[in-house]
Amino acid sequence: MKKTNKISGSEAVIKCLLEEGVDIIYGYPGGAIMPIYDELFKYEDKLNHILTRHEQGATHAAQGYARVSGKVGVVTATSGPGATNLVTGIADAQIDSTPMVCITGQVASHLLGSDAFQECDIIGISTPVTKWNCQITKASDIPEVIAKAFYIAKSGRPGPVLVDITKDAQFELMEFKYKKCNSIRSYIPIPKFSINEINKAAELINNSKKPFIVFGQGVILGNAESEFKQFIEKTGIPAAWTILGLSALSSDHPLNVGMVGMHGNYGPNVLTNECDVLIAIGMRFDDRVTGNLETYAKQAKIIHFEIDPAEVNKNVNVDIAVLGNVKDTLPELIELVKEKSHTNWINKFHSFYKKEFDKVIKNDLYPSKEGLTMGEVIREINEISKGNAIIVSDVGQHQMVTCRYASFNHSKSNVTSGGLGTMGFALPAAIGAKMGAPDREVIAIIGDGGYQMTIQELGTIFQTGCAVKIVVLNNEYLGMVRQWQQMFFDKRYASTEMVNPDFVKIAKGYFIDGKKIKKRENLKSSIKEMINSKKPYFLEVCVEKEANVFPMIPSGASVSDVRLE
Amino acid sequence: MTNKLNTYTVSVYTENNIGLLNRISAIFLKRHVNIESLTTSQSEIDNIYRFVIVVKVVESKIKNIVKQIEKQIEVIAAFYHTDKETIFLETALYKVKSKSLFDEKHIQKIIKNSQANIVTVSPDYFIIEKTGWREETEKLYDSLEPYGLLQFVRSGRISVSKEAMNISDILELNTDK
Ligand SMILES: Cc1ncc(C[n+]2csc(CCOP(=O)(O)OP(=O)(O)O)c2C)c(N)n1
Ligand SMILES: [Mg+2]
Repeated sequence: MKKTNKISGSEAVIKCLLEEGVDIIYGYPGGAIMPIYDELFKYEDKLNHILTRHEQGATHAAQGYARVSGKVGVVTATSGPGATNLVTGIADAQIDSTPMVCITGQVASHLLGSDAFQECDIIGISTPVTKWNCQITKASDIPEVIAKAFYIAKSGRPGPVLVDITKDAQFELMEFKYKKCNSIRSYIPIPKFSINEINKAAELINNSKKPFIVFGQGVILGNAESEFKQFIEKTGIPAAWTILGLSALSSDHPLNVGMVGMHGNYGPNVLTNECDVLIAIGMRFDDRVTGNLETYAKQAKIIHFEIDPAEVNKNVNVDIAVLGNVKDTLPELIELVKEKSHTNWINKFHSFYKKEFDKVIKNDLYPSKEGLTMGEVIREINEISKGNAIIVSDVGQHQMVTCRYASFNHSKSNVTSGGLGTMGFALPAAIGAKMGAPDREVIAIIGDGGYQMTIQELGTIFQTGCAVKIVVLNNEYLGMVRQWQQMFFDKRYASTEMVNPDFVKIAKGYFIDGKKIKKRENLKSSIKEMINSKKPYFLEVCVEKEANVFPMIPSGASVSDVRLE
Repeated sequence: MTNKLNTYTVSVYTENNIGLLNRISAIFLKRHVNIESLTTSQSEIDNIYRFVIVVKVVESKIKNIVKQIEKQIEVIAAFYHTDKETIFLETALYKVKSKSLFDEKHIQKIIKNSQANIVTVSPDYFIIEKTGWREETEKLYDSLEPYGLLQFVRSGRISVSKEAMNISDILELNTDK
């Protein structure tokens, strides 16, 4: 037989992934992607495939992995329903700028457009929620397209990319040659910064009396945590975070004044409308952050440090825009700004904090009433984890409470679905987070509602032995929606009450140790037991059923009108 | 900033890519903006395509939309212009019964006065072409309508900007890394 160097398209896919340094992928097999799975079988020792229990779980796991490791999360799924099941996770990764490459199988190219079994136009469906997508019908295109996919996913403002490969292209033989992609002529991942704008920014900052920083995930994605810290320490400017900026600056830093936005802290919200210069760093003025735009920081000059030109002047018109990666722009700025302290101004934040503490935080963290609060659960976790854990939260009241109170010493440690608010995110994301940071403690905080959206991933945890710690804060309600019904719909609790199963039994069904607690006296010891466990562990905490999350900016209201009750 | 709706011509230079039309139109769809017309063709540079899209929106919106378009990977550059900043035309075709041409002397005068061309004449019908501004093709439409229009079609706008676009420079800059 004549020797040939040709390999199948499927094998090429695996080789491309290895070239990109991928060692773990999340996915689910099916007809149209079987050739690739067949190759995965051969490459088992180099490429670990994690079989989730649903393709959505695979996307969130890949997101969790990417968020804690900074690497690209990789997902594989079959055509049709396999591909459509990815859509939620892709949309989530798009809005939260998470680098992800999804590879889907597709029916053979001669069947395209014939409504073949499990044919689905995933390119059309995923277009609005991907940074880029591409269908491959020839094996020879595989290396170039996958190289491009990885480059696009991780460069500039990261995001999800989908590559759809027809089954015949997976079988077809080709000559394999791989070249990493590091530029595309029509794509500028990081715009060049203008030193002129940085000069202007520095001048504004140097002359300001009440400057205020709001930072977002851009600091984390740019790996610019230390530059950011240097900047705030030199200028002495108080800094508040968006939900995705959380953990970029350690919680106990004296200039960390808390969270902005709908359930953010009192001071940062109110003082947004009192600062004279607002410095936005790697954040995008989401409506959950700004409240009513007509009354958002109108008194302030606004400086925006941003990698994505399309975010500049999108929601808020700014006075100075500094394009570029904050990793590059902040050092330039640091050179130009004067050393300062803003004691009186910072004291204002402290006095607002005191008000918030008396009205809200005290009752959340040190409740005197009988019922357990979500806040005290987080406080107890903080005390035992000492701020060193990765905290993954789902979506709802427990998410807001978690982000408000969880403490962090390390960046890339807060994993939550911010922009899309995807219930069901946390359990699979925690799996990915644990695999992306195997030496760290990973604790998922999930509501009783969201937990049941991806509860099947307990199977993945059991099969892989992935030692995540799962805390379900059970209020027997879709709590966040119930809170809105209470506040804005005269307590008409339409379909928000949950009659829940025996969660501990379900965990045990997957051979995961678990416990349910209702009393304060058992809280600390149970959390200790959970964190000390070397294996996955499930803890259900029955919390007060009708508690509300405050502070709150009702939607459409001004940041100044943040309510404490 | 004003809230006045203006007509903008968006010019988009792109690599040739199957999905790009979908990607670009999705940007308008997501913002609930109606596309008045859309034309794609080759551009002045080999293998680079040009979309010309006409929309009526407020200026703040078009700025955002153009940035979103430019952000797409295979888009090289996107611009927006007001009518004053571009030279633009549309082409219209009018199919009229041949009988009208011979019976109604007046119709010949209409064609001549509007500087339209007769493209084809057959025993049954003839086809008139008029290239110009919207008002001109509309005026001819109104004039011909009484004689019975068998078919009418108007192309999307094509337009070139008065200012330079410098696409080759952009491409060179990006490849020189
Ligand atoms: C997939 C999805 N569906 C619906 C919603 C709307 N939603 C936001 S929070 C919430 C309630 C969440 O309930 P639970 O998980 O029990 O958390 P809790 O608010 O009670 O802490 C709902 C239904 C959503 N964010 N995501
Ligand atoms: Mg609940």
